[in-house]
Amino acid sequence: MAIMEYIDAIRLAMKEEMERDKSVFVLGEDVGLKGGVFTTTKGLQEQFGEERVLDTPLAESAIAGVAIGAAMYGMKPIAEMQYSDFMLPATNQIISEAAKIRYRSNNDWNCPVVIRAPIGGGVFGGLYHSQCPESIFFGTPGLKIVAPYSAYDAKGLLKAAVRDPDPVLFFENKKCYKLIKEEVPEGDYTVPIGEANLLRQGTDITVIGYSLPLHFAMQAAEELEREEGITAHILDLRTLQPLDRDAIIAAARQTGKVLIVHEDNKTGGIGGEVAAIIAEHCLFELDAPIFRLCGPDVPAMPISPPMEKFFMLSKEKVKAEMLRLAQY
Amino acid sequence: MESQDTVETINRHKQLGLSDGQVIDMYRYMLLARKYDERSLLLQRAGKINFHVSGIGQEAGQVAAAFALDRQNDYFLPYYRDYAFVLSVGMTTRELMLSVFAKAEDPNSGGRQMPGHFGSKRLRIVTGSSPVTTQVPHAVGFALAAKMQKKKFVSFVTFGEGSSNQGDFHEACNFAGVNKLPVIIMCQNNQYAISIPAHKQLGGKVSDRALGYGFPGVRVDGNDPLEVYRVVKEARERALAGEGPTLIEAMMYRLSPHSTSDNDLAYRTKEEVDENWKKDGVAGFRNYLIGLGLWSDEQEQDLIAECNLELKAAIEYADNAPFPKPEDTLLHVYSDSDLKGGA
Repeated sequence: MAIMEYIDAIRLAMKEEMERDKSVFVLGEDVGLKGGVFTTTKGLQEQFGEERVLDTPLAESAIAGVAIGAAMYGMKPIAEMQYSDFMLPATNQIISEAAKIRYRSNNDWNCPVVIRAPIGGGVFGGLYHSQCPESIFFGTPGLKIVAPYSAYDAKGLLKAAVRDPDPVLFFENKKCYKLIKEEVPEGDYTVPIGEANLLRQGTDITVIGYSLPLHFAMQAAEELEREEGITAHILDLRTLQPLDRDAIIAAARQTGKVLIVHEDNKTGGIGGEVAAIIAEHCLFELDAPIFRLCGPDVPAMPISPPMEKFFMLSKEKVKAEMLRLAQY
Repeated sequence: MESQDTVETINRHKQLGLSDGQVIDMYRYMLLARKYDERSLLLQRAGKINFHVSGIGQEAGQVAAAFALDRQNDYFLPYYRDYAFVLSVGMTTRELMLSVFAKAEDPNSGGRQMPGHFGSKRLRIVTGSSPVTTQVPHAVGFALAAKMQKKKFVSFVTFGEGSSNQGDFHEACNFAGVNKLPVIIMCQNNQYAISIPAHKQLGGKVSDRALGYGFPGVRVDGNDPLEVYRVVKEARERALAGEGPTLIEAMMYRLSPHSTSDNDLAYRTKEEVDENWKKDGVAGFRNYLIGLGLWSDEQEQDLIAECNLELKAAIEYADNAPFPKPEDTLLHVYSDSDLKGGA
């Protein structure tokens, strides 16, 4: 075991998969010589050469589309979108092509592509370096979507994504890159796609979410237990599509009080679907309305510090909402 | 001045390395595709099928391109008018009819997609969609795989001149040019994007754009199959030699309306269409073969009868074939059998 940052875990996953399987390769803007604008692919070109760590022209639809073509041939491309904010030119390739290739060919062709994209704000990135675009792709059957919260999951989920025979969008949180440091095994392991993870057992309230905001929830839960004797049951969705319905329903039943948290804005966000699943399956076991704490319904996050702070979730905001739910 | 009754036809295919048998074969595919197309239109008009999108007027160039490729190894990314192309690389009229009738056994999509959305792993025809030009980056991806795996194949992709305006065309061409990939990018310029004529689609020539991507662009008469054969063959040789992509603009004319849902005389004249029928590549190639003594009226009648018989059998088979089971709608969303679609 080694202590490593979330970003190191992602890099290690790519390195290990490229060592394991010669058909795995990385492509994207600045991924080669520079090693990525965040250093996510640092050292990979040195180890694997220019062809397998391919610096591409600045054109996201080609990055996705070429990766899709190579994947249909049988390669295992990991395509990097520099920021998830810039992946929209590739949405036609992702939604009309990657997601539908197996289905439209009646299982004749498949598309084992991984598309990595950093999400989230809190880095003074302004409107176009801070977005969470999960909800744009969510609800597109044929795509798998993962969004790891921990370094351990980031490595295991990325390795699982590379080995998956279907297209996987890998939304890594850029604020977590350096913030999250923990023990990660250096050897081979995967985290199964499609399985949520219970982060914490509790009996008073349930928090369901994914990615960065769960760190706020975990810190808040510790404080609430210490200060108020409130225990929180916290479920990390990990995979956003397909959602782990059984885990969601079980977590909701556990306490009868549910708070859903995510940084993507509330309307049309994944929390709406989670709430609907709970309402469909265990509405009468709830003791409170379902709460959602999300990014505000504004187009994107402003750069000005007080505005960014207003937009972002925080331990304080999550804690206040958890307490309000517990006291409901 | 005395006029001659016959003009002597010069054998042009021999110097291209094509045997008499091969050019006759090419003609057979052209005519089969033409007959297939005409029959599909009739089936739609008779209410037997819902939709047909035609490739009439483009068969000669399509067949020629296929014959210039390695039909055992190359990868093909055709567009929706490429019936003559897919027939030439091994798809059968039965398989096309199964698609037209949207039956379970359709190898293209199991009855899921509209006709003209080809796909067959067996034939290395890569599954396609309706949003145009998305297949061009895919072709570049196949070519990238060939380069990385050091495999001796090329990818061949087609699309219309309207589609050449999509960003995916430019992004893919540039990517292929930067990496010198073994891909042949062929625009079938049939003069119309549904109702919009080429002069409202294009400020210049499609083939000229290649200059900006750093590889050759060639404009060729798409009604002249021997010329199309020659340029595709040369493009393939360049690709295999590591010299990179070639952009080909094959000039054609869409003799049919856009689809069975279109009335083309609302935006073009009958005179214009009639004038282009005179340039029909299939008839032109027939005359070429007749001129060389390689083809006769009798052989023509036999071939038409043969095509009709084959199509009749294909239609009967497809018409009687079972539809997909309704609940099979939920299959093949993901590979995992437990991850079916549905709520």
